[in-house]
Amino acid sequence: MIEFQHVSFAYEKGREVIRDLSFRIGDGESVGLIGANGAGKSTVMKLMLGLVSGEGKILVDGEELTKQNLSLIRRKLGFVLQNSDNQMFMPTVYEDMMFAPLNYMLSREEAEKRVDAVLGRLGLQELKYRHNHRISGGEKRMAAIATVLAMEPEMILMDEPSSALDPYNRRLVINAIRELGQTKLISSHDLDMILDTCDRVILLSGGEIAADGPAEEILRDRALLESHHLELPLRLADK
Amino acid sequence: MNKMEKALHELSEMDDLAALSSPIHRLHPAAKLITTILYIVVTVSFDKYDLGGLFPMLLWPVLLFQLSGIPVRTCFYKLRIVLPLVMAVGLFNPFFDRAAMLTLGGVAVSGGVVSMLTLMLKGVFCLMASFLLMATTPIDSLCAALRRLHVPGTLVTLLLLTYRYVGVMTEELAVMTDAYHLRAPGQKGIHVSAWGSFLGQLLLRSMDRAQELYGSMLLRGYHDHFHYAPIRAFAARDGIFTIACALCFALLRFVNVGQLLGGLVMR
Repeated sequence: MIEFQHVSFAYEKGREVIRDLSFRIGDGESVGLIGANGAGKSTVMKLMLGLVSGEGKILVDGEELTKQNLSLIRRKLGFVLQNSDNQMFMPTVYEDMMFAPLNYMLSREEAEKRVDAVLGRLGLQELKYRHNHRISGGEKRMAAIATVLAMEPEMILMDEPSSALDPYNRRLVINAIRELGQTKLISSHDLDMILDTCDRVILLSGGEIAADGPAEEILRDRALLESHHLELPLRLADK
Repeated sequence: MNKMEKALHELSEMDDLAALSSPIHRLHPAAKLITTILYIVVTVSFDKYDLGGLFPMLLWPVLLFQLSGIPVRTCFYKLRIVLPLVMAVGLFNPFFDRAAMLTLGGVAVSGGVVSMLTLMLKGVFCLMASFLLMATTPIDSLCAALRRLHVPGTLVTLLLLTYRYVGVMTEELAVMTDAYHLRAPGQKGIHVSAWGSFLGQLLLRSMDRAQELYGSMLLRGYHDHFHYAPIRAFAARDGIFTIACALCFALLRFVNVGQLLGGLVMR
């Protein structure tokens, strides 16, 4: 469970990008975070991960996020970055996947078992020893998800997981996301993908919540979406 | 593929070379590291006029190139940018040291020319040895060996991350040069007027990416300590290789092998 209580944040003094934000995500929920560019989606994720800190309280499993418990809380949260190149910094997929389990003091054997299990689950066994810079964009995105799953986080945060992917790879990523049992928070402009993967949607606008409710309901509200520089998902617009 | 992408490709080729299998590749990284450092120290220690004594030092890299299966031309091709700089080190010696030192076929050769050649060879030999180390040892294994040799973790992490960030910076540079040339057709290189903003942007972009990479590391539990890939224990053959190399270097350093062989032939 993650909870924001009156959280505000500004990169520059006097220019708040997040304003008095309060919401709660329960265990097992799959939440889409949508909004126009600059609405504050990425900042919400950074706040959640303690990469930036603002005013107000952020609670993870009832525990307030502070500098002291940052590493413990980060262990519970897996973050898939928008740019997989920035996530995959080890030479091979295998070494990248081993990175987090080893940091969390798992033995090499245990870490390896975990890596194999995740690769098997995502059907990525053939990527195991491939060099990160020699795999395609779609493979890299799946591998980035795999590196996070190898941490066995309780909650997964994803920043634009379907961006820059061709339809086939996009579908692979969507299917993979749907099969994840963890609590999910997915930030994206790809509203079709949000419709496919999320039960609930939080619409951000100017750092505030403009709407929060069932995905089917919010993503069908043409007037609401258009007033916040978004469009109906293609699938719904056709109807 | 632009120049930067080629550079990136060449960098990744070093990883491919290091992943090959040969008796040299299979040696313990610490053994290769120690012998390379020894080789460099011994090579550098030769007197600036001891060209004859220095020359046999070429045997070690040549032998290792043969055993590792890495073509010597690959080394010279990859070092083509650095080699001229190394060669330029003693370029002014002939102007300062004009006293004749020896005569070759009736032509007097000054001490400056000899010292220039010695310096050049020292540089080339050291580069060849360093290249061999990098081309036969993956960077992670090298870092693991450094840690085993009790080199401070911070320094080793710095080395590893620098190696990784070179790729990141080169990628950024590749994207920026492409973007520049698409809007400056027919222009060779980057115009002087754009150097300032170009470098500034490169720095900012690289810092952003480095920040994001570091953030990604932190989010996956990194706390100033890298878990390097395990390397096997130092075996007897690694010890034998290290000792044999050290003895050979000592022999080459303290005995003028060229003169000795020449003397034997003359007898």
